[in-house]
Amino acid sequence: MASDTANAATFPELLLRNAQVHSGKPAIQQKRRGIWRTTTWSEMAAEAACLTAALKAKGLAPGAVVALVGDNRPRLFIAMAAAQAAGAIAAPLFQDSNVAEMAPWFKRLKPTHVFAENQEQTDKVLEILPDCPSITCIAYDDDRGMRHYKNPEVVSYESLLEEGKGAPLDGLASDADGSRDAFVFHTSGTTGDPKPVVHTHQALIERARAAARIEGFSADDTTLAYLSPGWMAQTLFAYVHPMVAGSSTCCPESSDTLLDDLREIAPTHLVITPRMLDTIVLQISARMQDTGGFNQRLYRNGLQNGQKGGLLYSLLLYKPLRDSLGMSRIRDAYTVGDLLPEHTMTFFRTLGINLKQLYGTTETGFFDVLQRDEAVSTGTLGTAVEGVELKISDSGEVLMRSSGLFREYFGDADATAAALQGDGWFRTGDLGALSESGELRLTDRVSDIGALADGTPFRPKTIEARLTDNSEIRAAVVIGDGRDGVCALVDVDTETVGRWADGQEISFTGHSDLASRDEVYDLVGGLIEKANAQLASDPATAPVQIRRFLLLPDALSAGDGLLTPTGRLRRSAIADHYAGLIEALYSDRTDVPIENVPGHAHEIHDDVHGGPAALKLRDAKVTGDLSSRRAA
Amino acid sequence: MNVVAPIEAPERAFPIGGPILELDGISLRFGGVHALTNISFNILEHEVRAIIGPNGAGKSSMLNVINGLYTPQEGSITFAGNKITGMTPTRAAQMGIARTFQNIALFKRMTVLDNIMAGRKLFSHATFLEVALQLPRARREELENREKAEEIIEFLEIEHIRKTPVAKLPYGLQKRVELGRALAAEPRILLLDEPMAGMNVEEKQDMCRFILDTNDHYGTTMVLIEHDMGVVMDISDRVVVLDYGKTIGDGTPDEVRSNQNVIDAYLGVAH
Repeated sequence: MASDTANAATFPELLLRNAQVHSGKPAIQQKRRGIWRTTTWSEMAAEAACLTAALKAKGLAPGAVVALVGDNRPRLFIAMAAAQAAGAIAAPLFQDSNVAEMAPWFKRLKPTHVFAENQEQTDKVLEILPDCPSITCIAYDDDRGMRHYKNPEVVSYESLLEEGKGAPLDGLASDADGSRDAFVFHTSGTTGDPKPVVHTHQALIERARAAARIEGFSADDTTLAYLSPGWMAQTLFAYVHPMVAGSSTCCPESSDTLLDDLREIAPTHLVITPRMLDTIVLQISARMQDTGGFNQRLYRNGLQNGQKGGLLYSLLLYKPLRDSLGMSRIRDAYTVGDLLPEHTMTFFRTLGINLKQLYGTTETGFFDVLQRDEAVSTGTLGTAVEGVELKISDSGEVLMRSSGLFREYFGDADATAAALQGDGWFRTGDLGALSESGELRLTDRVSDIGALADGTPFRPKTIEARLTDNSEIRAAVVIGDGRDGVCALVDVDTETVGRWADGQEISFTGHSDLASRDEVYDLVGGLIEKANAQLASDPATAPVQIRRFLLLPDALSAGDGLLTPTGRLRRSAIADHYAGLIEALYSDRTDVPIENVPGHAHEIHDDVHGGPAALKLRDAKVTGDLSSRRAA
Repeated sequence: MNVVAPIEAPERAFPIGGPILELDGISLRFGGVHALTNISFNILEHEVRAIIGPNGAGKSSMLNVINGLYTPQEGSITFAGNKITGMTPTRAAQMGIARTFQNIALFKRMTVLDNIMAGRKLFSHATFLEVALQLPRARREELENREKAEEIIEFLEIEHIRKTPVAKLPYGLQKRVELGRALAAEPRILLLDEPMAGMNVEEKQDMCRFILDTNDHYGTTMVLIEHDMGVVMDISDRVVVLDYGKTIGDGTPDEVRSNQNVIDAYLGVAH
């Protein structure tokens, strides 16, 4: 089949080819009102052609930007294709962001046309509109609550389709120039603000063809799109790869029904964030607690000791569990972002799910470094895929070069030049090492490493990894750059610690109550003591032992902007958000009144409402004598 | 350039029409207890109408009269121009009056979907035998009813609990399911008995939104009973105030708020 699409240079052209070659096959499926509804390739192409004609009539010019604000929906993908067919650049945004976060993206990209999923998103765009006069057209999909809008810019997707009705399909391929810009994606913003990254049709399609060759994507494959389309990896798997391979993409009914939808669809390949994998493992182990002795023994022997059991386990445990997770047909599951803890990786691989680490950056096309089917070695991110070159700079930074490199940071030639420094090698900002066989291992972000006030090197991620190796700790943030000593903000895992608390007959009402218990502080204090002992065993890391810590009353979340969509820490955002708590850690105080904790300003704490009145700060036990450098 | 109309004052898709239900001189006694005394007010088509009053004011009795559960000793009820005598709950349902209950009255062990499907009873004409044998009419009706039920599930944003037994749901969601079952009957008038009772702030906000959305989207005339004044004043077009079985105020929220009798009844007054 590949030959049929081999010379298509743009996504709209690929769509047209798919409509001819795979006409009756599903391109997109969405569950709506309880039923999976299919859009075939030929339907998708016809609709995109109509929309293209309507958008052109509405003044969409080649080279303009079309912002897309919405969840994964058939119409969002069709709007992407239509925008590109008109020669414009599609810019899917993180739709969960608030107005304050979105406004700078709009101001920089200056889109002329906007696609908004529903009333909520339209409201955000209208709020930004006065500051972004370039917008001439806002097309909305879901018409609920939209009847009252009288703004001249606001039109329904439906009316655009009507306007472009009967447009010929070849409108999709009228101007097939692969060197045009196709997409703007924003980086996830681990450090600083998300940056807009421009990719051309050519680069994306060429890399997608390589990926299809390596991983064997075909028209029979299916994926589930459930992460924000603003994140490059999601749109890569939900739009770019299907366009090249002719495979299909499914959209869940809502984010709340995700796991049910996953089971019904049973996709063949899937991007999974480390967070989601964690959630799945926890759900399974929580449910195992409620079952009988035989099941528990089966589970313990078959999954928890890290050894793959025989046929019996296969029939009684692995296969049924794969089915109930919706992973019975999974051929390739990709975990992205940070290296997965080994026990999680082993869990899924023992189950018989081909879970692989995928590493890449938005600037380099994302599908860059992959664990291979034949050689998944734990502890590394895998090797560079064909067409991608890796090297480690003298300062230890990972550099990457490939044909899938971005064209520029949108409208910012200086930043582009700084990232490439003239030699075409992209500076990833990650520190890492390559093994002899070319396997990549990451250590820290360049921007994260620092030094204590006395000059001792401080690498936060290495310290945090010692804490998060414990299933009781979901996330930890250590602070120490420019300080006298290291302190930690710890986010306890509600599931694991909650179950532990149940066993100890400690009653609690919720996460923040649990995280305020003395017993839980003791538990975490013990874990930190152990981590400190490990750090002390190496003279280089002995000074960076954790001296004080606190337990965060709220879980860190991407919704608060404290994590990236993949679950990586956004350190500067966390430092700003919890600045008051961090200062308190470096003072003599033993607690902080709850009303001074972000998000708890108006909390009522009395006998009726319960809840902690103050957030506790604790000293941690260190190994050896650090008193000479005791935190002030 | 065009001046943009403010979004706050939308025109209604279903403008408020003439009286759909008129209550004239209603009195209801239980033995020697006068639950309602000579009450008259009307309900206009497509409006959100609230009946408020302190505990024991006769609010629920009033709703039960409209619903046909109680038959008043005096007075008349006119529905869409026709005088109704001998109203019963079944008759009310057939005429397009649906209701929810103060103490949730769902089928606890059935799923959300089945509960909402139960609200489609009026639209099922197939006989027991037809259903048992899955004859064409039964299948067609089942499909139609399911489609409507799914539309309501989407409208109320409860897709994720479609297959969950009602007993497992938190209180706020059960209330929403009850609203869904009432909507399944495609009513002209929807009576809500304390829809916000026992809810936290967030659940109340959600419920307010669904009440207004229902009125806006389906044009359903909404009659709600509440004792939480604040909520009522925000979402109602007109409010009638009862105290000790008598009408002490009737008008827009602003009129009612400044009515001395109402203030006395709510704040208490020295006799």
